[in-house]
Amino acid sequence: MSLTAKDVAVVKALWGKIGAKADDIGAEALGRMLTVYPQTKTYFAHWADLSPGSAPVKKHGKTIMGAVTAAVASIDDLPGALSQLSELHAYKLRVDPSNFKILAHNIIVVVGMLFPGDFTPEVHVSLDKFLQNVAWCLAERYR
Amino acid sequence: MVEWTDFERATIQDIFSKMDYESVGHNALARCLVVYPWTQRYFGKFGNLYNAAAIMGNPMVAAHGAVVLHGLDKAVKNMDNIKATYAELSVLHSEKLHVDPDNFRLLADCLTIVVASRLGTGFTADVQAAFQKFLAVVGSALTKQYH
Repeated sequence: MSLTAKDVAVVKALWGKIGAKADDIGAEALGRMLTVYPQTKTYFAHWADLSPGSAPVKKHGKTIMGAVTAAVASIDDLPGALSQLSELHAYKLRVDPSNFKILAHNIIVVVGMLFPGDFTPEVHVSLDKFLQNVAWCLAERYR
Repeated sequence: MVEWTDFERATIQDIFSKMDYESVGHNALARCLVVYPWTQRYFGKFGNLYNAAAIMGNPMVAAHGAVVLHGLDKAVKNMDNIKATYAELSVLHSEKLHVDPDNFRLLADCLTIVVASRLGTGFTADVQAAFQKFLAVVGSALTKQYH
């Protein structure tokens, strides 16, 4: 389900709106993921504090959203832009790719909460497709 | 049997007692049809579903969204016996409607997003967890009679 020109335009516009809130969205989405899908906590057993709003969660949410924001900037070549991150996730982190869908869902929930007027079904479908493409590229090097 | 904490019970009752069933149902179903267009396969008789505007404005979609949300009421009122409560509806979805059970999850996700956008910051992570657990139990009960 590749991105159309419309999807690209919608995602870029949405990111324009999100602007500086990206860090908060990342932290909130990660915190929700850990709460709503507790099995995802297994990847973070080395953190002292896994509660939403904790320092490690905030920091890591910011890291993740930073990477997603960079992906928006390179939306015309996601496989290339995400190649190194894919290697990281494949060989070092070994995150089961089903978790990318889970995090994507939570990013979408938070965007819907913070931008209720802007997050129409059309914007939703483009964001969903974009995040699925990011997930696909992240899983590229797995096998 | 599903174990519910006091928080989960209270959260579910609270969300549904304040909910505008017609509006939320309409929006959730319409969103599902737009975001996951293959779900339109079940609504061949609904007329114009050609684009997002048509779907959002389609009165049959609105009406059916409300039907689905009111159907969730059964579970809200029978949280300790959702499986039995939905036995007949499960048979209906399997044998008459032939709905792929994965669609229950897709609609549940859209419903979560609509409720989240209505409640804003009130939709905390714990509230989200309770709501998604409730919808997962409903989906599981609806799938139970499939064979």
